[in-house]
Formats: sequence, structure tokens, C-alpha cells
Amino acid sequence: MNLTLKIWRQPDAVTAGAIHTYQLADVSPDMSFLEMLDVLNEQLNEQGEEPVAFEHDCREGICGSCGLMINGEAHGPEVTTTCQLHMRSFSDGDTITIEPWRSDAFPVVKDLVVDRSAFDRIIQQGGYVSVNTGAAPEAHSVPVPKDDADRAFNVATCIGCGACVAACPNGSASLFMGAKITHLGLLPQGQPERDSRVVNMVAQHDAEGFGGCTNIGACTASCPKEIPLDVISQLNKDLRTAIRHGH
Amino acid sequence: MKVTTGPSSESFDDAAGYYTPGEPLVDTKAPTGPISERWSTRQFEARLVNPANRRKLDVIIVGTGLAGASAAATMGEAGYNVKSFCYQDSPRRAHSIAAQGGINAAKNYKEDGDSVHRLFYDTVKGGDYRSRESNVYRLAEVSASIIDQCVAQGVPFAREYGGLLDNRSFGGVQVSRTFYARGQTGQQLLIGAYQALERQIAAGTVSMYSRHEMLELIVADGKARGIIARDMVTGEIETHLADVVVLASGGYGNVFYLSTNAMGSNVTAAWRAHRKGAYMANPCYTQIHPTCIPVSGSHQSKLTLMSESLRNDGRIWVPKNQADCEKDPREIPEEDRDYYLERIYPSFGNLVPRDIASRAAKNVCDEGRGVGPEVEGVRRGVYLDFAEATERLGKDAVAAKYGNLFDMYARITGEDPYSVPMRIYPAVHYVMGGLWVDYDLQSTIPGLFVTGEANFSDHGANRLGASALMQGLADGYFVLPHTIRDYLADGPFEPIAEDHPAVVEARESVRSRIDHFLSVNGTRSVDSYHRELGNIMWEYCGMERSEDGLKKAIDLIRTLKDDFYRNVKVLGAAETMNQSLEKAGRVADFIELGELMCIDALNRRESCGGHFRAESQTEDGEALRHDDQYAYVAAWEWAGADAAPILHKEDLVYTAIEMKQRSYK
Repeated sequence: MNLTLKIWRQPDAVTAGAIHTYQLADVSPDMSFLEMLDVLNEQLNEQGEEPVAFEHDCREGICGSCGLMINGEAHGPEVTTTCQLHMRSFSDGDTITIEPWRSDAFPVVKDLVVDRSAFDRIIQQGGYVSVNTGAAPEAHSVPVPKDDADRAFNVATCIGCGACVAACPNGSASLFMGAKITHLGLLPQGQPERDSRVVNMVAQHDAEGFGGCTNIGACTASCPKEIPLDVISQLNKDLRTAIRHGH
Repeated sequence: MKVTTGPSSESFDDAAGYYTPGEPLVDTKAPTGPISERWSTRQFEARLVNPANRRKLDVIIVGTGLAGASAAATMGEAGYNVKSFCYQDSPRRAHSIAAQGGINAAKNYKEDGDSVHRLFYDTVKGGDYRSRESNVYRLAEVSASIIDQCVAQGVPFAREYGGLLDNRSFGGVQVSRTFYARGQTGQQLLIGAYQALERQIAAGTVSMYSRHEMLELIVADGKARGIIARDMVTGEIETHLADVVVLASGGYGNVFYLSTNAMGSNVTAAWRAHRKGAYMANPCYTQIHPTCIPVSGSHQSKLTLMSESLRNDGRIWVPKNQADCEKDPREIPEEDRDYYLERIYPSFGNLVPRDIASRAAKNVCDEGRGVGPEVEGVRRGVYLDFAEATERLGKDAVAAKYGNLFDMYARITGEDPYSVPMRIYPAVHYVMGGLWVDYDLQSTIPGLFVTGEANFSDHGANRLGASALMQGLADGYFVLPHTIRDYLADGPFEPIAEDHPAVVEARESVRSRIDHFLSVNGTRSVDSYHRELGNIMWEYCGMERSEDGLKKAIDLIRTLKDDFYRNVKVLGAAETMNQSLEKAGRVADFIELGELMCIDALNRRESCGGHFRAESQTEDGEALRHDDQYAYVAAWEWAGADAAPILHKEDLVYTAIEMKQRSYK
């Protein structure tokens, strides 16, 4: 198929960017979206134009590196990561607009690459269990009900790609944060730090410039791992409890 | 001891002229005595560093996968001053995250006869008796603590209704010792290690340098003392000095271009260390994973693995007649199907180990009985059929077990695996070779330690499923933090200045390479060279190797290297994010590594594990080892860009286990 690509090009964080238009021919429906960009980049290199910078690594839908706004939707028209989106989701003659994630808290680094290190700083404020290596009790000494373990796993599948933030009109990272708080909150290991975790993570979230949650649901609709919206309710509940406990 | 396997081979030296023989190499750190006491002996003998002195010691750790993140977190907790580096935007994205199946541990929770000794035995046997028994025993010994550690961190392993941990079994093994978190065990374990690392970053014991790529090792006065790294956003060339350097930079499967590795996985950190004196051991040992989604066309950038657990219920077959290969598989009657694994290996059937399943698939495709699209004249695919399982268990039960894998397959291929058999083909997955290390995980450069897939030590010639995650975490949480202190007890070392000749030389070497790539202004893209290298490696150093093929490959690689340096085209600037430039440096190192892999494969005229030499097979086509000739680790020393590498052999001595021919028939 033949495509017209409108791509955001921006040399670095401080220089203004603009949409550039490229024509690409002979795209196979079996290509992934990123393989289509590989082909474009080979063409640009050939023509002496610097290839488009974009993030990708595992190309298996799990590392969370890739993330593009495709025709205004985070990761494009399917509920998946950009690397698992295939060109059979598009038609011959389509015009596709490709932009970086939209969020003040994710500044553009170059072209389609953004800086998501705010997510790491949120985790640093309590997204863990404080256990030193070698100090762990025998694994079977703490049973965990299967339903809790299964649900903890389901919300722990968040890949930190940032689609939830990019899709949210408020630029909130509540789904990302709620997933971690729910994961650790469901397990006995996560209880001792439960109150301080939610308070500190929310404070960091706000300091990074992410917006507040108004329950629009665009986050969960665009999440490639289908993290449910109720993790945000859990987050709010944990926050209220922590405040009541005097945090 | 007496060697019991394989007829005695004549003495061959196919690689004569391609290398220089060197002095034998001995691992001097492994204690002698009963194998079950060696690790506790070593831990006791390793000197201590008192807590007040630890914060004066600087540790650099390159890579944040299971091995790197766990080591950085643990060293940080102990109070050392750690600097951690990764090329990704966040340490959470290291490729360990993509591991699907599980992690082995000798917990014997199923009371099915498992033990430390059995895990040790299975691992040595699975590695075709080409790994070190002391290392493997230690791996099995600490495996149980890994599970305790991860559970305490909140890793959501699968549980039974009683609240206890569930287990499953993996190919080639007859006990249930694999702990798992659905098909995403690597992700959950990595996130656990990542969280422990982030906790130390917040505590100030670890400084994190993400989007940084190590481009050179600094060796001053005979010791590893730091690295030169490029800030991948600003292009700045940075010097980082330390008392000790740890490489946890993963494997080099991307030398094949198409593999299950992440696109950015590379050999540069290890290769730059190799060029500075660290020996590269057994580089030819590549694990080919049998259950990947086949190549669909020439645009392909990577291959996706389907968990090996599929082989528990799926039946593998191809048409008996070549004429049926284009037909809809559902229209091929039972009597015209060849369930070749069940036919050739009746006792293990579809669950034979990875090397055997992979080669069998290649053989039937080479015979012209492959299925799926024709790519470059051959159909490279075999069916993995769930029709019988669906009938036996019901569609819902199949979906509950394998649903996420079926969805992934459907998304990539556009076919529904519930109604049409899946197509699979082997792909490059993991490398057992890597930098040589002693029992302490120290390389041949004092002060340079190597962990996880980046070292060569624990898997021999073939890795069992669910053992990679075990080794990464064993090294990072439980082995390195103990062995490294013996080295650090001599520190802090005399500080070196940024104008020390070794530092200046390393920095200049990085600068001149970058300047070179940006100034060639040739006609071919970096990717086109990488693809060509990959084709050469897959064709001649892939699932089957021969003397003629390997010699041809070496010639082709040398020609390719020459052309690459004269004709590559890298646009953009050095002082900015430049992904073509990043790739150019990596491909340059892959080319040199590829040549060494071929020389190593040429030297090893035997078949073992992931290395199958056409000249060494039994009458019915099975791998034939020659323990009398090749029971050694091949450790290669860099002798210069225009000199033949030097081969040092470390004899593998087994005292606790008897070498036997593997048989799965």
C-alpha cells in the first residue's frame, strides 16, 4: 500500500518542531508500524535526510519503550503497543499523522522521543517493598490468597509506556500510579508502607506536573495492558485512609 | 576421569592458521573439596569490607537487567557508592523484561524428587557437559533464596488456592520446579529488581545514568578503573572512574540481525572490554529457540518468541508429502501428516530440549516440507497444532492456559490459531558464550566483573528453559556481592586523574570512532550492513556449521568489515541524539565478534548443545560430542585488529558428575 505520513520533527528539546510530510510506497500489511518507520528511515537515509528518531526496543509489546500518537490516538487505532500494531490496520492511500506523546511532564527529547523519567521518580517515592537482599523470609511463610495474587499480577502488568498520560485530557498519571499502589496494596508484603507509599507517590506525581484525575477514562481505554480504571479508585481510597491515619 | 562418551575422534585442527595457541587457563578461585561446600568455603574466605569503608568505594555497573539491577540494588544496600548505567530511557526496560516462561528453583515444593543436586545435574546435562560444575552447583544452591527474595519484594508469582506458590515443568525436565507469573515472569522479576534499584536511587546509594552507552573500558595500571560513556541525548563523551567495574550488559544474539533480542541489545560493552584484555569464552554457543513466529518477509526487524510451554499441549507436524505444503492444513488428513518429533523421539516427543527440537524443524524444512510463505525460495515453518488439545480439553481450557500467546500470534500473523494451526520456526534467542570469568565472576582483567548473560559461565553449550532468569538474579543478588568484596578489600585504589594516559587514550578512541562514522559519508546504511552480517551468520554459523561454510563466512565477514569502514553512511551530528550513530558503533563490534564466533565454531569440531558441526554426528543425525578432544572452555584473547586471536583452553574437570551422552529417544 501507499501512504502519506505526516510526522512531527523536532531537532531537540529547545528548538521548535513542525510536521513534515513524506510519501511511502510498497508498505506490506504484515509489517509492524515500527517496521514501516524503519523502511521510511532507510528511504530518508538514502535521500540524505536524517532518519526520524523514535523509541522502540523489544518489539514484543512488553518493554514499554515505543509510544506514538497515531492519528491522535495513543498507540493508534488498536488496543496494543505501537510495536504490535500492524499495517493491516490501515488502508492503501491513507494519510497517517504521527506525533510524540502529549504531556508537559513528558518533554520532547527529539522528533518522536519523549522524556518519561518522571515515572521513575514517582516509583522512587515508594513504589517498592523495603526489603534488603538476603533478609527475606521463606517464601511459603506468607501465603497469599490466589484471587489477590491474580489481581495483583493483572495490575502489575503495567509497562510504564505512558499512553495513559498521553491520552488523558488532564495529562494525569493516575492510572500508572494506581496500578502500582494496587499491586503492592493487595499483597501482605506491601502493607507496612502502604500509607506512606500513596502519600509520597501522589506528592511526586503532582510535583512533576501531571494533572489531576477527573474520571474521564481515556487512560484505561488506551492502555495496551488494559489496566482497569478502578485502580484509580483504590488509589484515592488509600490516600484518604492514609490521611485519616495522620500522614 | 575416564570419559565415557563418543568414539575417540582423530585430532583435527580445522581452525589452524586462524588463531594462535596460547597458554592454558585455570580458574583459580573455585575451592576444592566436596561440591556442596565450595560456595560456603569461598564466601568465608572472601575478605570483608567494613561498613564505614564501603561508602569510600566506587562501583560502576553497566546494564540494568536482572543481573545488573539486582547487583546495583544489593551493592547499594550494602553501602557502596554505585553508579548504574543503561542505554534505555529507564532501567525498567532492560530486555530481561521480555522473558516469558519462568524461573527455576530447587524448592522441592511439589515433593517430586527435586533437590539442589538434581537441579545441578539437569543443568550440567542440559548444557551438554560444557559448563563448570562448581559454578552450576552454586547456581542451584542459591536458587531457593531467589524465590524468597522476589516474593518478599511483592513479585506476584502464580499461586494455588491454598495461597502457596504454584510450579510447572519445562522442556527437558521431569520435575516441577519452575516458578512463573503467567507468561510474563521476566517482566515481574525485572520490575522487582527495578523497584529495589529505584529505592536505592532515592536513598542516594545508587546514581542512575539512563540513556548512557558505555563505549570504552578504562584499564589503568592493569586494573579496570572506569568507563567512557556517551550521553545519548547530548552526545557528551563522559569519563566515569571507579574502583571496580561490573558488566551486566546482556547477550549478543543480535549479531544475527534477526533474533528474539531487543533491538538495542548489543555486544559493545563486552567487546570493548575484550579488546582491552578480557577473554571472550565459547562465543560460538548460540541457543536457537524452537518456537518463534516465522519470518514473513524481507522487511522483518525481529522475531517473536512463543513460550515453550506451548509444547506441553501443541503437536508439531509437517506434511509427509511436499505437494501438500501449500494446502490448507485442516484439509490434510491424519495419515498424510508427519508428527516428526513424536516419531523420532517417542519418549520425550514434542518436549525434547530446545537444540533438538530446533534442528529437527530445520531438517524437515530443508527437505522441502516446510509450510507458510516462501521467503527466499524456502518455506520455513512447521505447524504447532492445538486441534487435538482443543478436543481433549475444550477451547476454554486451552484459552485459559495459552490465551495471551494465541492473541499475540493472531496480532502478528493475522491468523486465528484457534481454528488454523500456528506456524513456528526456530530463531536465535540466547547466547551461552560471553566474557570469561573465574568462580568470583571476575574477568581476566583485574577489577572487571561480568554477570548474567554477558558472562559465559553457567549454561555450557545449551541453556535449559527458565534458567536464564535464575542465573541473572543469582549473580546479582547472591554471588557477585560476596565475591566482589574480596577484590574491594584491597581498595580504595589510588585515585587516577582524568588526564591519566589510559583515560585519555580511552576517550580519544571513542572520539575518533565517532568522528570516523560521521565522516565516511558512503552509500550504504548501517542497517543494511547489519542485515548482511546477520545473513552470513545465520547461513554459516547458525543451526548447523561446517568447516567449508565457516571458512567462507570468515572471508565474507572480512570483506564486509572492510566495506563497512569505507562505505557506511551515517547522517546527523555527534552532539545530539543520533540513533544511526549508536547503531554504527554496535554493528562495527558485531562484525568483529561475528568473525571470532566463526573461528571458535571452526575450532570446535564436535557437536554439543547449541553448536552442531555437520562433521560430527551419529549415523542417525544426532549431535556427537567428543569429550576426549573438546571438554574445554575456549577463551579467546584479542591480539590486535590485524592479528589472529589467541586461544586459551580451560579444561573442564568433573568430580561430582559423570559425563554421559545425552539421549532423549
